[in-house]
Amino acid sequence: MHSWGKFVFTGMGLGLLIGITLSMAGIYRGMVDDAKVLLDNSGADLWVVQKDTLGPYAESSSLYDDIWRGIRGMPGVERAANITYLTMQVGKQDGDVRAMVTGVTPGEPGTPGWPPYLVAGRQITRSHYEAVADIASGFKLGDRIQIRRNHYTIVGLTRRMVSSNGDPMVFIPLKDAQEAQFLKDNDAIREQRRRTAENPAFNRPGVPGLLDAVIASQSTNPYVNAVLVRVEPGHAPEEIAESIRRWKRLTVYTRSQMEEILVGKLIATSARQIFMFLVILSIVSSAIVAFIIYTLTLGKIREIAVLKLIGTKNRTIVGLIMQQSIALGLIGFVVGKISATLLMAPIFPKYVLLQPLDSVMGFIAVVMICVLSSIIAIRAALRVDPAEAIGG
Amino acid sequence: MKKLPFQKRTLALIAVLFPLLALFVYVALRSGPLAPVSVVLATVENKSISPKLFGIGTIEARYTYKIGPTFAGRVKRLDVHVGERVKAGQVLGEMDPVDLDERIRAQDATLKRANAQLNEAQARKDYAQTQALRYEQLLKARSTSEEVVATKQQDLLVAKAGLTAAREELSRVRAEREALEAQRSNLSLVAPVDGLVVSRDADPGTTVVAGQAVVELIDPSTLWVNVRFDQIRARGLAAGLSAQITLRSQAGELQAGRVLRVEPLADAVTEETLAKVVFDQIPDPLPPIGELAEITITLPTLAATPVVPNAAIHHKDSRLGVWQVTNGDLRFTAVSLGIADLEGRVQIREGLKVGDQVVAYSENALNEHSRIHVVDHIPGVTQ
Repeated sequence: MHSWGKFVFTGMGLGLLIGITLSMAGIYRGMVDDAKVLLDNSGADLWVVQKDTLGPYAESSSLYDDIWRGIRGMPGVERAANITYLTMQVGKQDGDVRAMVTGVTPGEPGTPGWPPYLVAGRQITRSHYEAVADIASGFKLGDRIQIRRNHYTIVGLTRRMVSSNGDPMVFIPLKDAQEAQFLKDNDAIREQRRRTAENPAFNRPGVPGLLDAVIASQSTNPYVNAVLVRVEPGHAPEEIAESIRRWKRLTVYTRSQMEEILVGKLIATSARQIFMFLVILSIVSSAIVAFIIYTLTLGKIREIAVLKLIGTKNRTIVGLIMQQSIALGLIGFVVGKISATLLMAPIFPKYVLLQPLDSVMGFIAVVMICVLSSIIAIRAALRVDPAEAIGG
Repeated sequence: MKKLPFQKRTLALIAVLFPLLALFVYVALRSGPLAPVSVVLATVENKSISPKLFGIGTIEARYTYKIGPTFAGRVKRLDVHVGERVKAGQVLGEMDPVDLDERIRAQDATLKRANAQLNEAQARKDYAQTQALRYEQLLKARSTSEEVVATKQQDLLVAKAGLTAAREELSRVRAEREALEAQRSNLSLVAPVDGLVVSRDADPGTTVVAGQAVVELIDPSTLWVNVRFDQIRARGLAAGLSAQITLRSQAGELQAGRVLRVEPLADAVTEETLAKVVFDQIPDPLPPIGELAEITITLPTLAATPVVPNAAIHHKDSRLGVWQVTNGDLRFTAVSLGIADLEGRVQIREGLKVGDQVVAYSENALNEHSRIHVVDHIPGVTQ
């Protein structure tokens, strides 16, 4: 017991390493969770998107904005709401923030696509120029933000409303979002008008008004990215999805298919990347634990020889080393969990989700790694010659 | 004595390990999914709300006059420019007559010729009449044949018809000349009302087709805003309601106005209801036609009813409701909503009574099993 200080500090060092491993698992879980909250927050059972696309999150998709009426009329559909998603830089007086601008159908709270809960302020009540932003964007109530050419007032704040990339979401009314997404900048519009005016087919001297009509038809934007559908209780989403696919000839995803797209396709590579890192970290941690136990055992080789000399059973020696190793693992785990939760998770820019089940699994893994890595030390201890206690 | 160092060490060990363990338990329970959710409560209040409607529109002129020629021609001169005010009856410009004067001269000659033809026909008729009379008397004296008399009478009838034809030809030619005169005088472009020139679409020398506008006038005293309200938020919109108008160029400045009429035709494509809002006093300087304006219309104040903030309304199992907190217990209460105002207050028709506590804000999505922790404001929200 005379080197307990060294022992505790070693445990703490190991703890920081375990903390990083736990955080890494948390980052992986956070990525998956980001994808899932995106689906949860939309409040939809079905996503109707452009035919043969993986929209609206994984691929771009555009639909005419009156398609929802036909879908709303289908049996079993409780609500259908248009939605647009556009990831862009949202401007503020000082700098800009990367955010996913979401255009939500006006209505009452609970309309699919609306933020399901707020942490401050209120929901959007005007059909133009108001926004609800995720708190991670750093915006405050009453801030004026700029999206394309219009200014929006932040009237509400929400939390954990992020895109699958972890970008905070900014909710604005649908009509403004359609404009933000499809309306070109003024220069481009003027160029387009000039091009149209130069086309003799559209600018005929004998037909006054034709040019104006053509230009007006060019500057409309009747598109949305998806229609969110909420299914009436008692109807199977898959059945309704099938009837929309069949009769409306659009692509429809159910919740589980959407999750498969987001988790299985959109974040698959980065998730695997993190997972590989997690595996390597675990191997490194177990190697380090093995080295530490081995070094500690070698440092006490003389004492072990004495134990052997006085006739201690091998089982007791194995038990001692094992105890030491597990104790080290326990201290490491406790320190790791605390540091991961209190120190590391809050400073990551993206969401880190530390699940209790992960912690339990981590705990079991730590104990098993400690047991396994003490084997080398045990072998060294058992091979020691009791004579060493006297000699050397 | 001998036991003390050991105990000291154990105590120190405990002193290090115990807080560590306590911290661990705290961390495990206070963060992550096991932690209680911070919530901010709101009380159901008895309040009267005054709902408002919000729409955007563009400034338009009620009357637009497009002034142009009634037949194809070339613009000879145009005296007015964009931005000038004109009076009713003022000549704004003139079309080039091209060959119109020559055609009038030709018509003059044709008129004279028609007159001459009339005189000729008159002379023929006079002669035929005299002859017919003379041969009738000769027939009475039996010094000529009946056939000759019949021929002379026929000659008289032909001459009379010729006279009528010449007379009608004369009036045709005269009418044609008048038509040319009318066209000639119609060449000047005249302002029908007092107005403001907003567009000059053709310059002198340009050939325009019949009906094409050369100059566009508006009546600046009849500016209005063509407002669009989302149909879902247009309930209660009616003529006569007072409105506040904010021009895009003058954010923060309110102009007073009122709803002149709600259009009987709504926009079926954009799902919007249209209305016209007029200014109580036309702003000076005149706002440009086509400028974007935000309109807020105040509806009559409603009687006091229980109201909650709209942030408290949640959707669960296809019902709208609130998370009600009674004695620290969380329960989802279905409610039916009434009218909402723009400040985010919603009337509760059924489901809650005044004084009930509901969750306004929460850190995470709630469910029946959530443990809650009531706070003043959610951590992380800067006040």
